Amino acid sequence: MGGLTIHQDRCKACGFCIHFCPRQVLGASKTTINGKGFAPVEAVRGGCIECGVCHTVCPDCVFELDTTDAD
Amino acid sequence: MGYGMAKVLMKGAEAIAEAAVRAGCRFFGGYPITPQSEILEYLSWRMPEVGGTFVQCESEISGISMVYGAAACGMRAMTSSSGPGFSLLQEGISYIASAELPCVIANIQRYGSGLGDIFVGQSDYWQTVKNGGHGDYRTLVYAPNSVQETADLTQLSFEKAEEHRNPVILLTDASLSQMMEPAELPEMCGHDPDVPAWALKGKGDGTYKRHTSVMYSMADYDSYIAEKYRKIERSEQRWESIETDDADLILVAYGISARLCEEAVEISRGNGKKVGLIRPISLYPFPNDAFLDACPRHGWLCVEMTMLAQMAQDVAIACGMKQRVFDLGGGVGFFDTDTVLGAIEDIFSRRRKEVYGI
Amino acid sequence: MKCARPKILFADNKYCPGCGHGIVNRLIAEILEESGDDKKALAAFAVGCSSWMPDTFGVDCVQAQHGRAAAVACGMKRSRPECTVFAYQGDGDALAIGLSETMWAAIRNENITVIFVNNGNFGMTGGQMAPTTLAGQITTTSPGGRDPATTGYPLNVIEMMRTVDVAYLARGALTDPAAIRKTKSYIGRAFEAQRTQAGYAFVEVLSPCPTNWKMTPLDSLTHISKVVEAVYPLGEFADWKMKK
Repeated sequence: MGGLTIHQDRCKACGFCIHFCPRQVLGASKTTINGKGFAPVEAVRGGCIECGVCHTVCPDCVFELDTTDAD
Repeated sequence: MGYGMAKVLMKGAEAIAEAAVRAGCRFFGGYPITPQSEILEYLSWRMPEVGGTFVQCESEISGISMVYGAAACGMRAMTSSSGPGFSLLQEGISYIASAELPCVIANIQRYGSGLGDIFVGQSDYWQTVKNGGHGDYRTLVYAPNSVQETADLTQLSFEKAEEHRNPVILLTDASLSQMMEPAELPEMCGHDPDVPAWALKGKGDGTYKRHTSVMYSMADYDSYIAEKYRKIERSEQRWESIETDDADLILVAYGISARLCEEAVEISRGNGKKVGLIRPISLYPFPNDAFLDACPRHGWLCVEMTMLAQMAQDVAIACGMKQRVFDLGGGVGFFDTDTVLGAIEDIFSRRRKEVYGI
Repeated sequence: MKCARPKILFADNKYCPGCGHGIVNRLIAEILEESGDDKKALAAFAVGCSSWMPDTFGVDCVQAQHGRAAAVACGMKRSRPECTVFAYQGDGDALAIGLSETMWAAIRNENITVIFVNNGNFGMTGGQMAPTTLAGQITTTSPGGRDPATTGYPLNVIEMMRTVDVAYLARGALTDPAAIRKTKSYIGRAFEAQRTQAGYAFVEVLSPCPTNWKMTPLDSLTHISKVVEAVYPLGEFADWKMKK
């Protein structure tokens, strides 16, 4: 999961990213609760293709993506 | 059509418009309503002449909102209205005061509540001087009683609005706005909207500025706002006193009513009655200092075009509620100098009941 | 391809989970930063959920009175024509109390950009009926479902604006990545209209309001695509480039 960073502190557990991730990489954390009181998203498996869909659908800019192929 | 320093015969409403332009006002948004539509008509051609913006808005509410936006951008901005239209400005005025932005509002009083009528009146005193909008704010209020003073106080309004970062209201009325008198107009002065610290022009590479209630960005807003207006009340009182030193009875009147009273003072003095006049020029802050050590034997007579003795209340307060305050009101029925002289006669012969006693 | 929180979104937004405002805020921020217009942007933020923006959306801004953001924006644009001026409003603000100001900015073809978030209710005040509430939709002030016989039908302001000469009108949604990208292109076009002084540009965004709709965020998106879009079709409805 090369360039994907997840700012869990910003997540409000709306679930959009989990639903729309084409590779089902993302899921709700079962272990942590963030400062806003939500169980934030986390990568539950590998296979991220850095498509950026998670960033597109996220209302809270939780995802940061630095594609490995320098553009 | 440049105006030199010579006097020009001008309508009060047009004097407001021209004086505003000469004070560097380059944004006007307003709506027609008698008796101040001439301000719009005048500025509709004059603003483009000086590269300013004139907008006839869809309502007075839109007008004050545009003034809010223009003021936020550093412009000297103005709207004007009367009676029902002035009532529609109140929320916007509160927002502008709350954001501590300067602007000028001309309120040309007309008679009455509701539809009212288009002739002279002064029954909007409380609404104008005691705030028509919500919250802890005040607006400075200046009241001219001639076309010349209308022009002078329009200029002063823009200066004081920026000095105190606060809306200023020029309070005049149907007679002063419709009458023509010779007036010497102030010199054209430039105003650069980029200069004021609060002017929005885009954040550039710096941090952004925002205009909303100042309370959101000020630690001790409560004491700040209280002190702001106490300071204005101490430093901005303006009035004119005429033959008050030895007076047994002092008239109190502003705007058009004060002109009758000047005549009444003269005639009374001729008849051996020592009468004086205090003419408030700033209605907020009310000129309490003018009343400090004056204690006329018969007390005070407020002459105002309202039947509810609106300003008389402020006079009573200014006298510490320790002196007699009489009131001569008008409304549908006008009073003239003879009516004032009659009231003076009644008071000297103790045949009149005061509105505020000892 | 780089994804990150735009710099002008300098703090977490204060919207509810799954609220569309968060996405719309980001789209505008991305467009302004990509064009460099953020440096000369002036915003008029409305009263409603948009009132959170002065705390988190870092461009020069004015908190307008409820309903008057379009008029405040006109005052700003006419004072600083070189700036990029936009109003950001919700459906209660722009179509209920502010319908006159909203329409008149369009009638005058003011050279401003208006972003209008349609989430079918008064969000900030707790979910009351708005002009965009659908027939039969339950809100805290239409407990038996909105009754058009006494409250009228959902208002389509874009249809009203098509009767006047404006530069750009479009309606987008946030129901999936493709719809979000399309909405971003509409918003981009709206700012382009202003940049080229083509006149008034208005973009309506159908937006989920899970909290007040009492739906999950995902169900809210389905509700929009299945139900709301039938009443509020998506697309571009006026385009100054097509006119020539």
